[in-house]
Amino acid sequence: MSINLSVSSPSSVSSASSAPSVSSPQSIIRLRDASLKLGDRKLWQKLNLEVAPGEFLAVLGPNGSGKTSFLRVLLGLESLAHGAVMVADQPPRRGSEHIGYVPQQKGFDDSLPARGRDLVRFGLDGHRFGLGGGGAQRAKDAAAVAAVIREVGATAYADKPIGLLSGGEQQRLRVAQALLGRPKVLLCDEPLLSLDIAHQQAVSSLISRQRDRTDAAVVFVTHDINPILPYVDRVLYLVGERWAIGKPTDVLTSERLSELYNSRVDVLRVQGRIIVVGGDDPETMAPVHHHLDTHVDAQEGF
Amino acid sequence: MDLLFYLSQPFAWHALLAATLVAVSCGLIAPFVITRSMAFAVHGTSELAFTGAAAGLLLGVGPIAGALVGALVVAGVIGLLGTKARERDSSIGVVLAFGLGLGVLLLSFYHGFATQATNILFGNIFGVGTGQLLGLLAIGLGVIAAMTYIYRPLMFASVDPEVAVARGVPVRVLGVVFLFVLALTVTAASQVVGTLLVLSLAITPAAAAQRLTARPLAVTALSVLFALVAADGGIVASLAAGTVKPSVFVTAISFGIYLLARIFGTAARGRG
Repeated sequence: MSINLSVSSPSSVSSASSAPSVSSPQSIIRLRDASLKLGDRKLWQKLNLEVAPGEFLAVLGPNGSGKTSFLRVLLGLESLAHGAVMVADQPPRRGSEHIGYVPQQKGFDDSLPARGRDLVRFGLDGHRFGLGGGGAQRAKDAAAVAAVIREVGATAYADKPIGLLSGGEQQRLRVAQALLGRPKVLLCDEPLLSLDIAHQQAVSSLISRQRDRTDAAVVFVTHDINPILPYVDRVLYLVGERWAIGKPTDVLTSERLSELYNSRVDVLRVQGRIIVVGGDDPETMAPVHHHLDTHVDAQEGF
Repeated sequence: MDLLFYLSQPFAWHALLAATLVAVSCGLIAPFVITRSMAFAVHGTSELAFTGAAAGLLLGVGPIAGALVGALVVAGVIGLLGTKARERDSSIGVVLAFGLGLGVLLLSFYHGFATQATNILFGNIFGVGTGQLLGLLAIGLGVIAAMTYIYRPLMFASVDPEVAVARGVPVRVLGVVFLFVLALTVTAASQVVGTLLVLSLAITPAAAAQRLTARPLAVTALSVLFALVAADGGIVASLAAGTVKPSVFVTAISFGIYLLARIFGTAARGRG
């Protein structure tokens, strides 16, 4: 596992590329000198990162820092401006069977003609054209879907219309959907958003358990690290064009984040929770709007 | 007695055959029309098929060919307008109003058989000739084949587009393909119920089916069944009644099924 504690910026490229980086042949995700631009705006630059199988990587940073775009690069939906990226020894491509994807919870219409079971089923053959297989294949597919639903403990509500599922129920089923293809990489984009704290914990521990069981690497984009803190191996923190990577205890410190934001940031540890206070956005000089400090019962209004 | 006599005539069998194909096509697309919030797109496409039909009459190529071209052009335009439902709807409204006006203008230039105009608006399944019937057959079979082929990824893309994109489903392309399938279906359906009443076959059956179950395949199967009962039942009822157009009965039966589904459905659906 490579741990790169250097804070990178375009002006300190040499320090980033000369930082110790252990290249492990079994890394499932590799980024080399990877830079992202959206339109004219530069996001993270010269990013070097390797993720090992079974590793849990949290991706943090203020809004607009390119967290979701990082996932889109791994999904093959966004191209790098510069550098290289490999997922399971291949360049990312849309629809890769090596990747499972868990998005944020969303409101489904009540009348949608799909049950929880059907949502999970999409993960198996939702992308395939033409008619399904015959009777034997059909039974096998249904059994695989039922098995993964059991794994995530969602059997009780798997036959409810998806529009009537609670956020927590929906997210368990989405994890089941992502797991159906036995992916080597599980990409999670704010899957805990708008869940209450009990469901946040349940879904996080579910994802971590599946990681332990299948040895899939987890890349988890979030604005609040606290629900997943017990499971996180490393943190990738993105701010503007810069980034830092390392263990949560190493990256999430007043010193590191102040350096990264280029202004004063205080990291407080209260009752096992991490709270980040202050900091101005280095580009806009506006107060940093990030929510590592989201309180237990504070809900994001999305 | 009259009904039995009519049912022994080829024109009645032709009508029932065409209506059956139209009903299966409509029943197949209807759940997607609802899931993708495209009721207004269907309405817009069929109204502008009227404009195309009027142009077809005027140019002498026939109303069905005109309607087909009109519907396909509109489908292409809607496809270019993008995927946001609200933007799409206001644009359709703008084009629809202008297109209908244009259709009325074209009809005023047309000095042929006067009932042709009402036939476009309210359907004329008994007046369809053999050549046109073959055209409807080809359209119906094409729609059924296309929907069978794209059913699974289209359902994925309609229910959960973000994840479908991540899983490699060509969501945008499927959306455009569906618009063209929809344009073909609408053109065929307008021969049975007319351009004004297409929604009675292209949305009502699925709206009823959704009240009864949340299983996607069951919704599709029920939607096809309800469309068949409405279309073929409407034609038989019209033959029995004599002078009343089939579209009246088609829409009435379709609406009746929907009412029954609303009354008896909610409890059934909650159980999955």
